[in-house]
Amino acid sequence: MSRIKQKFAELAAKKQKALIAYMMVGHPNQNTTITAIRGLVRGGADIIELGFPFSDPLADGPIIQNASTVSLENGTTINQFFSIVKKIRKETEIPLVLMTYTNILFHRGYAKFISEAKNAGIDGFILPDMSIDESKQYLESAKNMTDTIFLISPNTTKKRIEKIAKSSSGFLYLVAVYGTTGVKTGVQNYTLKAIKNLKNITKGKIPIGVGFGVSTPNDVKKYIDAGADAVIVGSAFLKIIQSTPKNKLESRIASFTKSLKIKTIKK
Amino acid sequence: MKYPKDGKFGEFGGKYIPETLVPATEELEKNYLKFKDDKDFKKELDYYLKQYAGRPTPLYYAKNLSEICGGAKIYLKREDLLHGGAHKINNTLGQALLAKKMNKKRIIAETGAGQHGVATAMACAVLGIKSEIYMGYKDTIRQKQNVYRMNMLGAKVHPVKSGSKTLKDAINEAIRDWITNVENTYYLLGSAVGPHPYPVMVRDFQSVIGKEIKVQMKKITNKIPDIVIACVGGGSNAIGTFYPLVDTSAEIIGVEAAGKGLKTKYHSATLSAGSKGVLHGMMTYLLQNDEGQIAETHSISAGLDYPGVGPEHSFFKDIKRIKYHSATDAEVIDAFMMLTKTEGIIPALESAHAIAEAIKIAQKSKKSESIVVTLSGRGDKDVEEVQKYLNKHVKN
Repeated sequence: MSRIKQKFAELAAKKQKALIAYMMVGHPNQNTTITAIRGLVRGGADIIELGFPFSDPLADGPIIQNASTVSLENGTTINQFFSIVKKIRKETEIPLVLMTYTNILFHRGYAKFISEAKNAGIDGFILPDMSIDESKQYLESAKNMTDTIFLISPNTTKKRIEKIAKSSSGFLYLVAVYGTTGVKTGVQNYTLKAIKNLKNITKGKIPIGVGFGVSTPNDVKKYIDAGADAVIVGSAFLKIIQSTPKNKLESRIASFTKSLKIKTIKK
Repeated sequence: MKYPKDGKFGEFGGKYIPETLVPATEELEKNYLKFKDDKDFKKELDYYLKQYAGRPTPLYYAKNLSEICGGAKIYLKREDLLHGGAHKINNTLGQALLAKKMNKKRIIAETGAGQHGVATAMACAVLGIKSEIYMGYKDTIRQKQNVYRMNMLGAKVHPVKSGSKTLKDAINEAIRDWITNVENTYYLLGSAVGPHPYPVMVRDFQSVIGKEIKVQMKKITNKIPDIVIACVGGGSNAIGTFYPLVDTSAEIIGVEAAGKGLKTKYHSATLSAGSKGVLHGMMTYLLQNDEGQIAETHSISAGLDYPGVGPEHSFFKDIKRIKYHSATDAEVIDAFMMLTKTEGIIPALESAHAIAEAIKIAQKSKKSESIVVTLSGRGDKDVEEVQKYLNKHVKN
């Protein structure tokens, strides 16, 4: 059983939902990434999404775009990324998901990249520009290696949801809003409807995570109440990193994580 | 014309896009297929192409230039004479008309040098649709005049300050806008790039160039041209020129921007020096580093300054149907000056790449042969850039 699957099973037994936290590796530098991740673990995050920077992140809003640029300017490479993952793995068994863009994997070769990532300790992939229609080689390479987490949008048709769900493992990533990451639009009715719709179609066969624009404990609560199995918070953490001195970073990240995590626990 | 159902040209093309855009590209495809052979739609587009844009464009025999080169007869396909001064209007009229049929109230577009932005603003002005144009911040400074033109035509210009602040970032930003406003917005892509169905649709709207060449050459020489040449950035004027001729005996050559030389980092010659990858929704050749990060490109012509290329060009390169050569900035300036002086035609710097190749080939060819070069745009926008280059490089 994959670490992600196991995590969802454990949480279900405790009647909890999952808090997934996003970090861009190498932003503003690699040491900070490790410190921030310790804060996430301490604060009770259930799964960590590690961003690897791409020069052209077309699904990301200004905050993650900027983090991507900073990380690349710092010279973050794929090998450095894997060695950070290995460091994290020595400290924790928390599931780690890699979020980046298709070209990063394609250029190195899907099979090579995925096996290197798995060796380092990566449990799954999220590729916002990998559509199910182009995923054959990617899926073959990831089979029995890592989870493949595909995205679904509120405007995705039922037929397509079924097709995507079939090829997804770990969880399904529901994009909460029409827009890029980190854009604050508040919790929309159409998103709550999309969560219910997705639950009806997938019938509990795979957990549903909601991300994009989720930034406050209140957002978390609303999505969990609507039936989400997980919430994904990203840009809000990057904002904290940008505004917090290094010696306070771990504890500030931990306390913000805690304030989000508490909303995923049924009283 | 052949229509690839899955949007693939061999392994190239496809749809590598965020899920939110899938319904939008499907809606676009459905409507494109519905209207492309629709009698009324074709009649209306034809009307605008003739009466508004100025088609058909002449195929001009460049006698002076041909004689100086001393070989084949060089014919220029005068897309520079179109309204707006470039081939871009062929595509923007087609797509804006389609957007209107689809009842879209808002059109967005990206632009590099500003030619596509201006052509979009014109089509939107005449068809009564609101338009917003994304343009790299660096390009808004390099091509200030086009920013003024777009504003006057009623378009809103958004300078893009992310990434390298050029065309590729303008495309990223346009795609982000499209994701955000997918319900009411039509994305009018300016080149034969992006996710399916854009590369096919843009090719089809631009194919009017190659179709006219065939008819005009038949009239003048009673033959298919021996050699056909066009410049390639994203590759829309090239694919429009080439596609109607790929099934003939014509030798076809696309010319990329070699900038300061293919051995330097300062060029945009994607097909000559790139490798396969995924960007802006398509699989195609790209300029990228060892890690799959997209490279920053250089060309003296802003319109060719793009690290990707239309996927159908990648396909034609791999099956060896089309040759892709390149011209350096210095060769391009020479060609620009030579055409200007011998024929009194000031070409766009983009088009001067194709002229540079034609000059090279004509010198080695027979007098009985014919070369057709697509002169994709006029060079008024470039005279300042050329003068600066001459001041810097040609001393005494």
